[in-house]
Amino acid sequence: MSQILLYFQKFQTNIQKGIWPYVATLAHILLGTLLVYFSPRSTIAFLILVTSFFSLYYLKADNRFKLIAGITLALIIVPILGVRNIFYLEIIFQISVFAALALGLNIIVGFAGLLVLGYVAFYAVGAYLWGFFGSQQYYVMPFAPGTQPADLPFLLPGDAFYLFLMLAIIAAALTGILIGLPVMRLRGDYLAIVTLGFGEVIRVLANNLDKPLNLTNGPQGITPIQRPSLPESVVNGFNSIFSGIVGHPVDQASLYNVMFYILALVIIIIIVFVTKNLEDAKIGRAWAAIREDETAAVAMGIPIVKMKLLAFAIGASFAGAMGALVAASRTFVSPESFSFMQSIGVLSMVILGGQGSIPGVILGAATVTILNLQILQGFSLYLSQLRQSDAVIPIINFAWRNLSSQLDPAKYQRLLFGLILILMMIFRPAGLIPAERRKRKMASDTVEAKE
Amino acid sequence: MKRFSKLINVRELLLPLGQLIMFSLGSAIVLSTIVLVLALLLDKTAIGMAVTERFNASLFTYTLINLPQVLIDGLTIGFVYAAVALGYTMVYGVLEFINFAHSEIFAVGAFVGVEILIALDTAGVLSKVSLGMAFVILILAILAGMFAAGALAVTVERVAYRPLRGAPRLVPLISAIGVSFLLQDVIRLVEGLTTGQFNRIFPTFGNFDERLIFGEVGLGATTITMGISIKSIIVIVGAVLMLVGLNYLVNATKIGKAIRAVAQDRTTASLMGIDVNHIISLTFLVGGLLGGAAGVLYALKFTRIDPFVGFFPGLKAFTAAVMGGIGNLTGALLGGIVLGMLETFAGSYMGIFTMGAAGTEYKDIFAFSILILVLIFRPQGLMGENVTQKA
Repeated sequence: MSQILLYFQKFQTNIQKGIWPYVATLAHILLGTLLVYFSPRSTIAFLILVTSFFSLYYLKADNRFKLIAGITLALIIVPILGVRNIFYLEIIFQISVFAALALGLNIIVGFAGLLVLGYVAFYAVGAYLWGFFGSQQYYVMPFAPGTQPADLPFLLPGDAFYLFLMLAIIAAALTGILIGLPVMRLRGDYLAIVTLGFGEVIRVLANNLDKPLNLTNGPQGITPIQRPSLPESVVNGFNSIFSGIVGHPVDQASLYNVMFYILALVIIIIIVFVTKNLEDAKIGRAWAAIREDETAAVAMGIPIVKMKLLAFAIGASFAGAMGALVAASRTFVSPESFSFMQSIGVLSMVILGGQGSIPGVILGAATVTILNLQILQGFSLYLSQLRQSDAVIPIINFAWRNLSSQLDPAKYQRLLFGLILILMMIFRPAGLIPAERRKRKMASDTVEAKE
Repeated sequence: MKRFSKLINVRELLLPLGQLIMFSLGSAIVLSTIVLVLALLLDKTAIGMAVTERFNASLFTYTLINLPQVLIDGLTIGFVYAAVALGYTMVYGVLEFINFAHSEIFAVGAFVGVEILIALDTAGVLSKVSLGMAFVILILAILAGMFAAGALAVTVERVAYRPLRGAPRLVPLISAIGVSFLLQDVIRLVEGLTTGQFNRIFPTFGNFDERLIFGEVGLGATTITMGISIKSIIVIVGAVLMLVGLNYLVNATKIGKAIRAVAQDRTTASLMGIDVNHIISLTFLVGGLLGGAAGVLYALKFTRIDPFVGFFPGLKAFTAAVMGGIGNLTGALLGGIVLGMLETFAGSYMGIFTMGAAGTEYKDIFAFSILILVLIFRPQGLMGENVTQKA
């Protein structure tokens, strides 16, 4: 056993030397690409492709090489493989959405140390903003849900979406400040419960603001919501270049998925850029000081109310942008998408990856989303196949056919989130990829302990 | 006689009873006055006209006639909240930690009680029991729910909280949220594997659904009957017994003294020879017992339960605990009663007073608004002392 471990350590050091990182990264990307290309239904192939992002991140290579390889992977390989099997593009889009949400929550929880349990409220603000202005809802207002005439016009053209993406950022940031202001004086655990309350308030409002004026269309949700335009020429252009590689001509609907994926990617890159710069700037250090010891931070002259509100506003604005994007890509918003469970899902991504760690949080989002959409659903499928077969569990003599049809692992997300939260807190509270600052702190802590 | 009074501290039995009556009466009087004054003020406006048109009675009469029923309902739910709030407040008092999973412990209590009754019902026992036996069976179901919930609470503490003692404040809270989510799905899993359904209905037996009517009032075309159902009486009596019992345990026994000592200063308490871990387990056990009993009583009152049934009562009970001043037992009683009353008043009258624009559907967020207001203006709660914040 120790022999294997030793060998593994040797492998780890060797692969970081000379040209080996380049070879390993390219091999990984190529292997993933080919596997997904030739067997688009295999989960393992997909996992190999997705993990190639992480070998790109981990292996020591020239930054220019990493950039080029990353861009090729994200902007060329993934869209082409994505339109070949649209299901994977959907998963990658969801990973991007949750990565953006997790990065936003990471600013509040990971950097500033404020536990917020109603984070999806900000996401809902962005989604409902474009949901209201990007649909016929303005003209539906006088009607109760379901009674409006059929041929109502749209309030705004679909291309106003880009403007509203900006407005959603502002609106969510303002909501963040509004929610933050009254609760700033509260201690950590009270803050958690109060933000949970705010999250529920937003959901209940979305559910019930269909009267006296029909603003949200109640539990049915708003649909259809417009998308920004995607001209026919782009579709034809894409097809003329790539349809040979994809294997079949791509229709507009699939290309829309690519477009939203790229938009999400752009937003994530902006978020990562902003977050990275904030982390080591004065603001980031002020947040760290507040997180570690609030009293000391006040004593050092850090304006804690301002800094906490800033964390709320910035964290919220990311969610607002993603909300508007998701509303447009789904063409549908409903209160159900903004439940407490979603907030906890995003929290478990941050906790799993590592609070305050940007690559960690993205890894957390990817892991949880894949577990949710691939592993749990795969397990569901497997169980339903077993149910249809004649298989019997040998010793206890239980026929799979008698297994309750209510038992659908795909619906056991809470179990997943709960396990992640408990196990991470007990065994690895700093997360899978601990933040640099925390690593440094832990190292100094152990030195102190030894002395 | 003298020896007897030494054995049982009568004062600690009567004091909480007096407090309960005082709190109930006080909040009832205050809220009724507010509603009646509002009704008088709004009587001549469009809102009053609308009511007059619909019920052929002035807004004031309408409000007055509905009042007794609202008060009874408010009191019933208030006592359930108070019983759950005690679980939060005890754990918070001892560990300074919000036991987020307490709402699921409540749910597990409800499920165990209801499953036992359903099993008895399908076995055909419940349909032919006498009235006395029905009460005995109900009490047994409550006890079963209590012990299941208590055992679960102790296990959860041992597995998910104890390893984290001494960690930063947010760490055990996140773990507790995890436990809460985990337990919701574990209930679902167990129910899905065994019965195949998640929604369980409290079986009807005995005479719990009957109502004692004490008056009928005609209001326009409809008549409104005022009464109290047997199950509401059971809920109130059960909750009062638990509240008094807990107060006695904490304030008049040796164990209670140890609990209070640990709450005040854990290190010093351990130096005085108190087994701190043991006392903390005991606190969770007591909180779990109360939560489980409240769960079965809740199921009795509202009939339908599902794996997520604990979420809202749990959150409201927490609100009640904070409102009364978390860590303070009397405060939890006050908070529970006031919150139950406020919520029922809001649910019953908001629709009328706003002409249907905002009604019962906002009942659930009403509690949050109160929580936020209390935390902003009086963070130590109605009865809490102003303590310095610990980091």
